Amino acid sequence: MMLRDWLFIVLCWSAQASSAADFDVDKLMDLLRGQRPEKATFHETKHIAILERPVESSGELDFTRPDRLEKRTFGLNAERMVVDGEVLTIERGGRKQTLGLREHPQIAVLIESIRGTLAGDRTALEKTYTMTLEGDMQSWRLMFRPKDAALATLVSRIRIGGTQAQVRRVEIDEADGDRSVMLVTPATP
Amino acid sequence: MRSRGLAVAIWLAGITLCVFQIGETRFVADFSAFLPAAPTPEQQLLADQLRAGALSRVMLIGIDGADASARAGVSRALAGVLRADPKFVTVNNGANGRFERERELLMNYRYVLSPAVSPDRFTVKGLRAAIGETLELLASPAGLLVKSLVTRDPTGEMLAVIDRIRPAEGPRLTDGVWVAPDGKRALLVARTRANGSDTDAQALAVAAVEDAFRKATATEGAAAASARLAMTGPGVFSVRARAMVEHDVTRLTALSAALVIVLLLVVYRSPLALALGFVPVVSGALAGIAAVSLGFGVVHGITLGFGTTLIGEAIDYSIYLFVQVERGNKDSDESWIGHFWPTIRLGVLTSIAGFSALLFSGLPGLAQLGLYSIVGLAVAATVTRFVLPALLPERLRIRDLSGLGLRIVAIARRGARLRTGVLVLSLASAAVLWTHRNGLWDPELSSLNPITIEDRVLDGELRAALGASDARTMIAMHGATADEALAAAERVGQHLDALIVAGKLGGYESPAQFLPAGATQRARLDSLPDPQTLRTRLHAALEGMPLRAERLEPFVEDVSRARSQGLVTRGQVAESALGIALDGLLFVDSSGRWTAMIGLRAPAGASASIDAQAVRGAVAAATVPGALLLDLKAEVDRLYAGYFHRALLMSAIGFAVIVLLLFAVLREPARVARVMAPFVAGVIFVAGWHVLGGTRLTIFHLVGLLLVAAVGSNYSLFFDRIATRSNANIGATVASLALANVTTVVAFGTLALSSIPVLKAIGSTVALGTFATLVFAAMLAKLGTVTLTAAGGNGTIRRRDDAT
Repeated sequence: MMLRDWLFIVLCWSAQASSAADFDVDKLMDLLRGQRPEKATFHETKHIAILERPVESSGELDFTRPDRLEKRTFGLNAERMVVDGEVLTIERGGRKQTLGLREHPQIAVLIESIRGTLAGDRTALEKTYTMTLEGDMQSWRLMFRPKDAALATLVSRIRIGGTQAQVRRVEIDEADGDRSVMLVTPATP
Repeated sequence: MRSRGLAVAIWLAGITLCVFQIGETRFVADFSAFLPAAPTPEQQLLADQLRAGALSRVMLIGIDGADASARAGVSRALAGVLRADPKFVTVNNGANGRFERERELLMNYRYVLSPAVSPDRFTVKGLRAAIGETLELLASPAGLLVKSLVTRDPTGEMLAVIDRIRPAEGPRLTDGVWVAPDGKRALLVARTRANGSDTDAQALAVAAVEDAFRKATATEGAAAASARLAMTGPGVFSVRARAMVEHDVTRLTALSAALVIVLLLVVYRSPLALALGFVPVVSGALAGIAAVSLGFGVVHGITLGFGTTLIGEAIDYSIYLFVQVERGNKDSDESWIGHFWPTIRLGVLTSIAGFSALLFSGLPGLAQLGLYSIVGLAVAATVTRFVLPALLPERLRIRDLSGLGLRIVAIARRGARLRTGVLVLSLASAAVLWTHRNGLWDPELSSLNPITIEDRVLDGELRAALGASDARTMIAMHGATADEALAAAERVGQHLDALIVAGKLGGYESPAQFLPAGATQRARLDSLPDPQTLRTRLHAALEGMPLRAERLEPFVEDVSRARSQGLVTRGQVAESALGIALDGLLFVDSSGRWTAMIGLRAPAGASASIDAQAVRGAVAAATVPGALLLDLKAEVDRLYAGYFHRALLMSAIGFAVIVLLLFAVLREPARVARVMAPFVAGVIFVAGWHVLGGTRLTIFHLVGLLLVAAVGSNYSLFFDRIATRSNANIGATVASLALANVTTVVAFGTLALSSIPVLKAIGSTVALGTFATLVFAAMLAKLGTVTLTAAGGNGTIRRRDDAT
């Protein structure tokens, strides 16, 4: 075999290898960061052990770079939740409550995964979670586990799935068996 | 000779007692001493608040430098160290809103603490609504916080209780801690256990913060190395003020004493004479401090600072004795006592009259200065008269100053041609005062404050950043017991709620929010159903809801336990967040009554302010007898204006007493006028000088002017003596006056170097005023009618009519 042919094969092989490993966390983050923020609607189902049946809610999600996430729930259980920087504001029934995320890590651990994913901020995510990625660009799934042992006793894992630069599904499994599934649909402009 | 021995014995005994008393004395430096004793209930309340109120115990801490995350780290570490320190009741940096420590206490007593508990709450309808709300919350992100509590507390009373005690919206959070609006300074608020006026304890607290800051920066490593600590607050200020007072008092007293010693040593050329000269001064100072200690219980640092001023006046008496007595003449002591003592005695009396104005000024601080001066001068003069002659050795050789005196007389005679100049200068000064009459006096209490401009700016910044400036309007209620005061606060609170709804009030902080009155707690307990009733109602209430009544058995148990455990008491909450919140809102005031304080917040919006009229109406409608609305800032201003007028009035009375005293002794109006002219001119001149220099006069300038009148009257009286008596040793007398004045100018001139407004004002006023008075007195004295007679080496001047 000519050296030139051998070189060609090596080059082809390495090109192929890089294509298989083409989709990684950094790529996904780049993709997410490149996404123009847009409104989305959600439908959430919560399974809580002490309740006889799941609690359903729906509303709108609104993400503004770099770190503002607003979740408006409509209907009976109407509520407006805004997390901006480190401050979480919850307004419901005419009452407004402000919490610092740092003082309430058990709430922060729920919020940071989705906000960090929407922002494509790997550094922020890896501060709180260990992260694994499955799937390809068309159908990916990020799995988060809290690094903090105390938080891990509350939240066992969070799975965020999506396609391309769009988040489609957020599943939270709490350690006591309660879990929630939120389906996200990009709003048609 | 026996009587002299007796005098010395009494003096020694007296000095011993004074030293003993001083050994027992506590020295303070907080400036609330310059607030009035207690004229009105509002002012009493204000004074109590400033001395011991929650506001007085607040310490504002800023962390500058380094970067944001290092500042946050230092803030957390600092708060951690300080929270473990019993010197602090609370330390808040924004990162402690979880009430971990009191979770259990609040949980146990939630049914007596929660404002939501009422008979309606535990009906089927009420339960359904409350539980429905909790289930909704469960579905929200905050649901995780309440999930573990749902089966015990399905009506959400715990959240209602925490909502109550959580502070109103705090400053901005960055990296989990409070920061200034620009984000460049981390902020903490600490509250000390000790009163703001307990300067010793405050000094320990300040040192504890500094120490904790060093530890915090060390643990945070290199990134935090450039972090800087900034601290303000009433306690911090009183510590700094005391340090300034101590520094200035020590330094300036030493400096002025050194200057006076050098001066007298040069003049006397006798160390023994110098030492003896200080005997009256030291005796007077010791007696003065002991008297203040006995009369007031404590001695203020400023009073000690005033000690230097006593050197200025009391040293005069020994100067008069030493210089005027013709030494070597066996009978001269007796003749001095006969000739000069009446003049000095009158001088002392006029000084005392002047200082009495301070004694009755109504301000403990000024009254201390008055008492100190009166006792100090009286003792110094008495010691000079009765003790000093006994201590003098047979032949005390000091330099004869008559020659110097005669040279001064010669100058004064030439100056006397400019006599009309004194009148012109006085009229010009009076004109200056008249044209500035509207802005003559400084109306700001802060003008007395020794705190530096930098510290005041820093304090303003920290207060603004922390939103700490709101607590200036308060309502105070009283009761024989804590519970009565709480009940009164509850009644007023109910009426204030209506004002909040109407937008006339932003909100309020009442002790009853943290510890409900006994009757209220009892009513809440009475609205809890028995277990069987509750179970039945739960079944009905949860119809169609996703929660089964059986799951809520822990709730039924808790309610049942709440019914049997009864009310929560002040003692039980003392160490919790509730106790901390109560601290400063519910206390025993100085008259022994329980006082509840409600702090009011203005409605949102920069220009919005509290509708005082509406609040007054609400307080009246609550029919709480003796409830007071207190606006701290307005009250402080009113207070200062009030005591200033009183001090002016007292000064006028003191002045009138001086005039009467002079009339009583001198008897002739023309002579009284002659004696008064120099020091009146001196007072007007120095006041005009200050005003022309752009200084607005404070109460301490007034004190200085009184001193000018008091010291100046001595000079005038001696010149009067020269003019009216035969056998006056004019040279020695004039020399002693000159020397006395130089020591006064030196002593007070050094005080003028102080950075403390009080000492600076008095020092500059007296130094300039007494010098001017002496010059005026010399110019106005009828020295032209006396001639020199060549009566030996001591240059005695005898009056011409005397020689004939």
